[in-house]
Amino acid sequence: MRNTHRLALGGLVVGLVGLLLGSSSIGHQFVSPEQVYEAMTSFDPEDTTHLIVHHLRVPRTLLAVLVGCALGVAGAVMQAVTRNPLADPGILGINAGATLSIACLIAWGGVTSVLGYMWAGMLGAGLAAAGVYLLGGARRGTNPVRLVLAGAALSVVLMAATQIVIINSDEAVFDRYRHWMVGSLQGRGWEVLLPVSVLLGAGLLVAWGLSRALDAAALGKDLGVALGLNPVRLLAVASAAVVMLAGGATAAAGPVAFVGLTGPHIARLLVGNAHRLLIPYTMLISAVLVLAADMLGRIVARPGEVSVGIMVALIGGPFFVALVRRRKLVQL
Amino acid sequence: MRAQSRFRRGTVLRVTGLSAVVEVRVVMVTAVLLGITACFCVLAMGQGTMSLSPQEVLSALAGEQMQGPGGTIVREIRLPRVVTAVCAGAALGVSGAVFQSVSRNALGSPDVIGFTTGAATGAITMIVVFAGSPGQVAAAAVVGGLLTAALVYLLSVRSGVTGGYRLVLTGIGVGSVLSALNGLLLVRGDLDNAVVANLWLSGSLNARNWTHAVPVMIGVVVIVPLICAGAKRLSLSEMGDDLARQLGVGVERTRLMMTFLAVLLVGLATAATGPIAFVALAAPQLVVRLTRSQSLPVISSAAMGAALLVTADLISQALPLGLILPIGRMTGVLGGLYLIWLLTRSRQV
Repeated sequence: MRNTHRLALGGLVVGLVGLLLGSSSIGHQFVSPEQVYEAMTSFDPEDTTHLIVHHLRVPRTLLAVLVGCALGVAGAVMQAVTRNPLADPGILGINAGATLSIACLIAWGGVTSVLGYMWAGMLGAGLAAAGVYLLGGARRGTNPVRLVLAGAALSVVLMAATQIVIINSDEAVFDRYRHWMVGSLQGRGWEVLLPVSVLLGAGLLVAWGLSRALDAAALGKDLGVALGLNPVRLLAVASAAVVMLAGGATAAAGPVAFVGLTGPHIARLLVGNAHRLLIPYTMLISAVLVLAADMLGRIVARPGEVSVGIMVALIGGPFFVALVRRRKLVQL
Repeated sequence: MRAQSRFRRGTVLRVTGLSAVVEVRVVMVTAVLLGITACFCVLAMGQGTMSLSPQEVLSALAGEQMQGPGGTIVREIRLPRVVTAVCAGAALGVSGAVFQSVSRNALGSPDVIGFTTGAATGAITMIVVFAGSPGQVAAAAVVGGLLTAALVYLLSVRSGVTGGYRLVLTGIGVGSVLSALNGLLLVRGDLDNAVVANLWLSGSLNARNWTHAVPVMIGVVVIVPLICAGAKRLSLSEMGDDLARQLGVGVERTRLMMTFLAVLLVGLATAATGPIAFVALAAPQLVVRLTRSQSLPVISSAAMGAALLVTADLISQALPLGLILPIGRMTGVLGGLYLIWLLTRSRQV
């Protein structure tokens, strides 16, 4: 590990810890860091600030970290498998698929549990992934532009369909949907965090286990096969990981784009292309990004808040533009 | 002469020293589209809580006195709505044709590369921050569209050239930042204004009156002839900058001027109806497939845009399912599917 990497790693860890503390303190009601520490170490159920920290701030903060990790790694895996630097679960319409399927479930299935959202999210994400894979012609080669365009078109259709489903349901459904979609990370407690963390944790492990195969795949199909890669198996396992990660994260936080783009690319600048290192770094950077965006969203619109999806797009969008400007698109 | 007509499929008209090539197929397609538009307009004006027969609508339009409030309803409420739909559709169709020609790319349409979103950002800023009147909102939409166009152009230009796909991808990026900004403005604003802005954002023809219809109508009447005048030079510059320059076309100036006019049209249309997706993308493409013409399809794109929007409006009003379909969402679904189909058909993208 070179010195700059160590420095960057140190900076990221310090930043993450700082943000974890900040995110637990800042909000509608400010809680000082000492009080946060007290609430964590000696929890007193009588104290309202302790209750706020314990039941609202901490689960929310942890969820932001998890969602960030999941979306970032999903992006990294997609970029390697499709050999496309612009792949991201938000841009390619996979989050939109999860959104539509969850909206249908809320409107017609009457399901309110997060567990139900997660299954629906995974189903929708899987269908959208299959759709964009076929439409974008990913199997015929690596054309970044075509894949992005197919994804953009699919997102527009799916989001418009979601709107139509929601507009035509009764008010209770609209309210629940709004709560899930716009509230984003607001008011997500432990009962959301636990099932989501199991699913996302499994997805992250699967993705990390794929590191070697992803390295081989990034070299191109022929070279990969020569190195002992089974492309069909890789595609199946990698798609399963992406669907778990993107579907689960969308079920937990609503559609969030650009994390899967920003995180892996910054990580690649730091540690290069080896996925064994790239994936942990991506997790760290994406977690910092989502956490910072969530916190900023609470600061800019006090006393209300801006959903994390909007804030991430405001930060990540310019990054996307810079990427398009700087890089030759085929190169990864 | 026969060899020539195989290329042009046209007939030459000569009137005392002036001559023009008229492509019969283009004229026929345009006429059919205009006919469809007119029929659907009359049908659409019969729809609503008080339904009227086409004869009643026509006699109301002719200014005849009718029993009951039918005549007033048609002239004061439904006519402005239909006029808005026709003019906005025409404006979007023409601007799509110009953009696709300038960027030499079907995906260089204003809705794909974020100009429509930019116009919406301008309008929402005016509604939420300044609580402006409809006229000011329209002006803000035009300014927003122009600023977005300048931004996307500056970001995608590299050593004086805008590469086709760099423009499209930059536009998609800028568009998503702007739509996030729209969301932010909605949250920041005071509730009443935010509700107005949100309604406006879903793209709708409901409750349009003459204050909405007149600006876009004037825009179409003034700008479309100007674009027609420049169309020939623009389609020559599609042959490549060097060749066009040899043929006497000021390439950069033509492009700049036409882009400016087209952005004005997008801004005016968006100001009148809110953001309506994909009409600008689909109209010129459909026209090219129907007419198989090589020249820039200005008038026929206008007719196609108007026909598409009026049809979408009629369907969303008359659909028997009891669904509420904001017209912007409806064109989003249809246009997105069309774009996907376009992608599966084209090899070179």
